[in-house]
Amino acid sequence: MKRPPKAELVGYAVLLTIGIAGPLLFPSYTLQIAVMWIMVLFAQTWDAMGGRMGYNSLGNILFFGAGMYICAVTQVGLYYDVGVFTAHSGEINATFTSGQYYTGLLTGIALAAIGSAVLAASIGWTVFGLRGPYFAIGTLGIALAAGELVGAWSWVGGGGGIALPVFPGEGNAKAQFFYWMCFASAVACFVFFRWLYSTRFGLAVNAIRDDEDKADAMGVHTLRHKTVTWAISAFFLGISGALFGNMTGFIEPLEVAFPTITFGIFMVAMTLLGGKGTLWGPVLGAILFHVIKEATWTWFLGWQWIALGMIIIINIVFFQQGIVGWMQEKWPEMFGIEVDQSKIVNTDQRAA
Amino acid sequence: MADLIEVENVTKSFGGVVANQSVSLTVPEGKITGLIGPNGSGKTTLFNSIVGSHPIDSGSIRFKGREISKLRVQQIARLGLLRTFQQTRIYSKMNCVQNMLISVPHRNATFADMFRSYSKAQEERADHLLEFVGLYAKRKLPAGDLSFGQQKLLEFAMALMNEPEVLLLDEPTAGINPTLINGLIDRLKRANTEFGITLFVIEHNMRVVMNLADTIYCFAHGELLAHGTPDKIQSDQTVIDAYLGAH
Repeated sequence: MKRPPKAELVGYAVLLTIGIAGPLLFPSYTLQIAVMWIMVLFAQTWDAMGGRMGYNSLGNILFFGAGMYICAVTQVGLYYDVGVFTAHSGEINATFTSGQYYTGLLTGIALAAIGSAVLAASIGWTVFGLRGPYFAIGTLGIALAAGELVGAWSWVGGGGGIALPVFPGEGNAKAQFFYWMCFASAVACFVFFRWLYSTRFGLAVNAIRDDEDKADAMGVHTLRHKTVTWAISAFFLGISGALFGNMTGFIEPLEVAFPTITFGIFMVAMTLLGGKGTLWGPVLGAILFHVIKEATWTWFLGWQWIALGMIIIINIVFFQQGIVGWMQEKWPEMFGIEVDQSKIVNTDQRAA
Repeated sequence: MADLIEVENVTKSFGGVVANQSVSLTVPEGKITGLIGPNGSGKTTLFNSIVGSHPIDSGSIRFKGREISKLRVQQIARLGLLRTFQQTRIYSKMNCVQNMLISVPHRNATFADMFRSYSKAQEERADHLLEFVGLYAKRKLPAGDLSFGQQKLLEFAMALMNEPEVLLLDEPTAGINPTLINGLIDRLKRANTEFGITLFVIEHNMRVVMNLADTIYCFAHGELLAHGTPDKIQSDQTVIDAYLGAH
């Protein structure tokens, strides 16, 4: 547990190689690979809730959208009046210098992360009374409502959305910049969760997943753990939303910021595909899912949704435990699940 | 010897069913107290009332002199009053060691404690207690893969890991094979003497409870029928009637 096994080290090497060499070898796919890292982040953050803690949130996309809007409003609001900017979208000649752009972006990302985490913590107090399917539907409702509410809020552009400041660079520079931002946040997210699961926190959320009433009866601070888990998920989702909004350049509530039926479902599908509740499952699932998705979009256009649907069906019907979960069942010793022979004679005597 | 738990005139009903009718009893410190009674006589209901799983209708429950009937489950557990479940509850996808480690006392857990690692001493204690219940060899296996009896033993070890002052055991020997029961009685007694944990035990197995308990309370139809030493309970005509039926 403490020292990563060899297989894991190989995993890191492969991922870092893809991450660093990817945009250099395939520069025209830079943005697609950047989105792949966002997908990895999605799966990681969803797994923290659905996989590790057993709270299947269908509303995590809320924090993606919240982060996107918080960042956008910050970027614009630092230098212009947001209401005026959105009301005259395109008409006022709003320009941002290079310095303004980066200051706005970095402040925006920081506020997006913190704002989303605070939002999650405050919603958490109310929805964590719900369990199982009720939690899933409750959070789905919140995410759908958020899209509609933002769409009706004219200060942030309503259904018309916000055009974000233009990146102060030429050619491939924008794709390159956001690629490294996305890659870095996915890595940070992975490293953070890996550490988090190695502390008491990991066991506590697993206990909540396996039997929350028992955890209560043993004195575990269940609500505290649930709230913090969601806030951490939201923190990273907020960052990813801020980055994605700026990569797109234009955000609006239903399709870009709160895409419940695409990204919101992909999060769940990717995690289940890779194997929920495992360290590598979400990463593997996200990469596989994204590659298949991009490939079908490119070569089998028109069939892409059918292909994704097939993956989900095969996953749910034939191997619900996901790829890594299946490996864990097949080769339990590889994951340290084994009878320890060292003291077996001794304990047998005691049991008798 | 002080009384750790004092239950006074507790009444609890579910709709029209009165599960506990003005029940009073005490659990003295350092002793093993038994609770017997036919099925549906309100034993588990009383346990649930004590640990705060549901509010009581009237009466008072005190732990070390402090009123706890208004506290919530987790708060009561953190005071050092712990229970095990009749249906046996363990964290089935976690391995035995993890089950043990998450059961460390949360009495003074601060916010930052969530992100700490377990100390060497805690890990050793987990191993030691797993060996105490005879599960050391299986410590890396998911708890859900253990047999029912082993899960009971694990749940007992988890309770000990929590270092409670009082442990409420709901049918600790149900579903355990007769040869293992002797080992379990021995371990319950050692938990009482070596670890100094006061026990309050619901038990249907008469041989076990007569062997184990210092004092026994007997329930029937939600009311306290009799209480006294095992010998006294065994010869009490009302208890015999309650079990065998008096006409």
